[in-house]
Amino acid sequence: MAESQESQERPEPSPAVRASEAVYRTVREKFGDAVSDFDANDTMPFFEVTDARRWKEVALFLRDDSRLDFNYLACLSGMDYPAEGKLGVVCNLESLGKHNHRIAVKINCSRDSAVLPSVARVWKTAEWHEREAFDMYGIRFDAHPDLRRILCPEDWEGYPLRKDYEVQESYHGVKVPY
Amino acid sequence: MQELEQAEHGSVRVTPKGNDRVVIEKDLSSEEMILNMGPQHPSTHGVLRLECKTDGEVVVEAEPYLGYLHRCFEKHAEMVDYPGIVPFVDRMDYLAAMNSEFAYCIAVEKLLDVEIPRRVEFLRVIVSELNRIASHLVAIGTYAIDLGAFTPFLFCFRDREHIMNILEWASGARMLYNYIWIGGAAFDFPADMQKRIGEFVDYFRPKALELQKLLTENEIFVKRTRGIGMMPADVAINYGWSGPMLRGSGVEWDLRRNDPYSVYPELDFNVRVPDGSVSDIGDSLSRHLVRAYEMEESLGIIEQCLQMMPEANGFDPRSAIPKKIRPKAGEVYGRAENPRGELGFYIVSDGKSTKPVRCKARSSCFVNLSAMKELSQGQLIPDLVAIIGSIDIVLGEVDR
Amino acid sequence: MNLPNLVPMFMTMNLNSWSDALAGWMPYGLPLGLVIIAAIPLVFIALYALTYGVYGERKISAFMQDRLGPMEVGKWGLLQTLADILKLLQKEDIVNRDADRFLFVIGPGVLFVGSFLAFAVLPFGPAFIGADLNVGLFYAMGIVALEVVGILAAGWGSNNKWALYGAIRSVAQIVSYEIPAAIALLCGAMMAGTLSMQQFNLLQQGEYGFLHFFLFQNPIAWLPFLIYFIASLAETNRAPFDIPEAESELVAGYFTEYSGMKFAVIFLAEYGSMFMVSAIIAVVFLGGWNSPLPNIGTVLLNDWTTGPVWGAFWIVMKGFFFIFIQMWLRWTLPRLRVDQLMYLCWKVLTPFAFIAFVLTAVWEIYMK
Repeated sequence: MAESQESQERPEPSPAVRASEAVYRTVREKFGDAVSDFDANDTMPFFEVTDARRWKEVALFLRDDSRLDFNYLACLSGMDYPAEGKLGVVCNLESLGKHNHRIAVKINCSRDSAVLPSVARVWKTAEWHEREAFDMYGIRFDAHPDLRRILCPEDWEGYPLRKDYEVQESYHGVKVPY
Repeated sequence: MQELEQAEHGSVRVTPKGNDRVVIEKDLSSEEMILNMGPQHPSTHGVLRLECKTDGEVVVEAEPYLGYLHRCFEKHAEMVDYPGIVPFVDRMDYLAAMNSEFAYCIAVEKLLDVEIPRRVEFLRVIVSELNRIASHLVAIGTYAIDLGAFTPFLFCFRDREHIMNILEWASGARMLYNYIWIGGAAFDFPADMQKRIGEFVDYFRPKALELQKLLTENEIFVKRTRGIGMMPADVAINYGWSGPMLRGSGVEWDLRRNDPYSVYPELDFNVRVPDGSVSDIGDSLSRHLVRAYEMEESLGIIEQCLQMMPEANGFDPRSAIPKKIRPKAGEVYGRAENPRGELGFYIVSDGKSTKPVRCKARSSCFVNLSAMKELSQGQLIPDLVAIIGSIDIVLGEVDR
Repeated sequence: MNLPNLVPMFMTMNLNSWSDALAGWMPYGLPLGLVIIAAIPLVFIALYALTYGVYGERKISAFMQDRLGPMEVGKWGLLQTLADILKLLQKEDIVNRDADRFLFVIGPGVLFVGSFLAFAVLPFGPAFIGADLNVGLFYAMGIVALEVVGILAAGWGSNNKWALYGAIRSVAQIVSYEIPAAIALLCGAMMAGTLSMQQFNLLQQGEYGFLHFFLFQNPIAWLPFLIYFIASLAETNRAPFDIPEAESELVAGYFTEYSGMKFAVIFLAEYGSMFMVSAIIAVVFLGGWNSPLPNIGTVLLNDWTTGPVWGAFWIVMKGFFFIFIQMWLRWTLPRLRVDQLMYLCWKVLTPFAFIAFVLTAVWEIYMK
């Protein structure tokens, strides 16, 4: 039973990581220093777009280049890195039905001026996910078609998933912390 | 913002007293009326609110508003340890709690690198396929009720009750199981469980056919759903649709097949997409059909699992569970095919704590629902209801 | 006298003399006895409609859905609807603040009156008829259409957008479906050559039972019969044409804001008009209070099952039968969309109604 487990799961990650690495090399070729080195870990291979301003450009390249064809944005998560004083998003991309390779992309911005380019017009999935990231982390997405809070009420104070978040005392006369 | 203000001033509620008759007339004579559908509405499947701009019966635009059921899952997840998150995961997609647990455990186990006993894998697949049938039964039943057919709804709930009983027998709970644990399962199947599931499968096969006859072969049902809410495959992918929604658009994509996990590679099942003979590819009827097909496939999967499953022989499903769950530092995006599509968990561990630094749930309904605005444009109100129904949202998962 | 003959004879003779005596009772020169006779079926129908119509609907739906239905109150839940009435009576009478109070209150009343006034011309037997108007059928059609006013008043007065949608849909639907319904009934009127409801029954009397019914007298009659049945479903807002109260779309349509007794009155009116249209079908096409059983040789089934009580029995049973079919359809079919509904009315039923009209005329003039 151990063998069957091995045969299905173990060898699989490494071709997947290799495929991701190939993707990364294509991106690196095109964008050079705008992207960081490739993190070839087993669980979620990723690279970072160090020049956040070029993120949309990278995104379009990822989606439209025939070698990459990342037509499917599986997930876009906001992140808080308090130690580095940064906020960011992590995108899990996949080429659905075409090359079937996957990669994760990270984009960071500083906590003070938390602005990132929006990819809502690249992948429509991103529209609501970016609203969520805005809602939870306060990351403003440039040129987002409809940047409003999505899960919290419009007049909620603060960004709940930031690590230094402190809940407001009262909301419309209702005591919030319990 | 703009639309919200309009809604508040246009409706009759906020107008001063004594003046309301004038306002009613103004509301009518203007070309568009704001109609609030939800959060308390029979066919928004929970507490979704759609702000519809309507021109007579035609919906010019419908803007979904979420968050009425937001229970801060991601914030909670950062405060409890890894096994403690499982009950929270249950409460996301409460109609398919087993599948949600399964997806979460897959994600954490990827980080942990634990060996899952083979019998546990089969336990998991069986319960989650049973739960998939239960979830699709609710989806199909409520869809029927959206279109005005009551009886299929009750037939669905009657059959779902059997699954609830089976799962209760396995886990002790009817809806929110906390059964699949990281690295194992809470309990082994009780004695005779296999027999009972086998009996259910035999019982349900003809019932599924009956349900098909009652709905898919019903002229009115087809008229109400065919060609309604068309979604071409490429747009569906761009919207991030997954699961039955994507397959309804004709894309043969199933994570159980395309990114296999657990014992699915050993199982023989089809990823069926509608062939366009009954429905138009990408319409509401196709999505309904995909769910109906999936129930049949799930029955097949369960039957195979019952045969392939290793004997119990004093087996302890908790044997492989680590004493303390503290994954190595790293991040993972783990996902599984849920009844409503791809449920993914993005989990970040710092390697020191027993709590995740970040646990983001990529909810399938949330993503599927995001196309609502585009799908609803220019539809009739009854069609809007048909479209929401075909998306099959569970607000617990949309709002988390 | 053989035994099977005994029971009907006993009932007929006693009741006939009893009703004759009551009809002759005229204190102060007022025909109060007749009024009472006319009121009996009305009261009966009202009671039936509120309690056993609802009970029947719940039991029938339960049967179709593999459930038990109400089982707790009384034997087999027989008293369930009485308990429901008690509950509704105790409920607070809510009128929402911004409602148009006058219209809101008057709406259910108009509905109720419209639906129950029609019973005045419904013959329950040779003696049981409120008013044997010579334009009875015309009157019934017209007075049932009064419901539209009630629905519009209720929907508009509620000051609720869903109610307004429901009301507008309902009015559009009822007014549209009146046309095929009226033409279909006109076919019946042509066959009978009268508009009097009582005359319809008398014309369909005969020893061969159902063979004398207009539905079986005329090879074309099934067409207006079907058209009227379908149109009557739409007129009473029953599935698959229940779009005015489509609960999954419009919450509850025009009575979204109603609760308590006002809601019960709307409900009552709805069941009343359900029975009314069923009874009209029975009268026009299926012989009304005439027994459908034929005399076969010496087995005089028709004679045995004819009489005032039997008459009331037959028409109520025929009405029940169509109500059962209405319920059966309701619990089986999904709902049509609003445009499909109009399509069916204007492009299918109305042309066919005209065809039926012409064919019936041809049959009546040249064939008969």
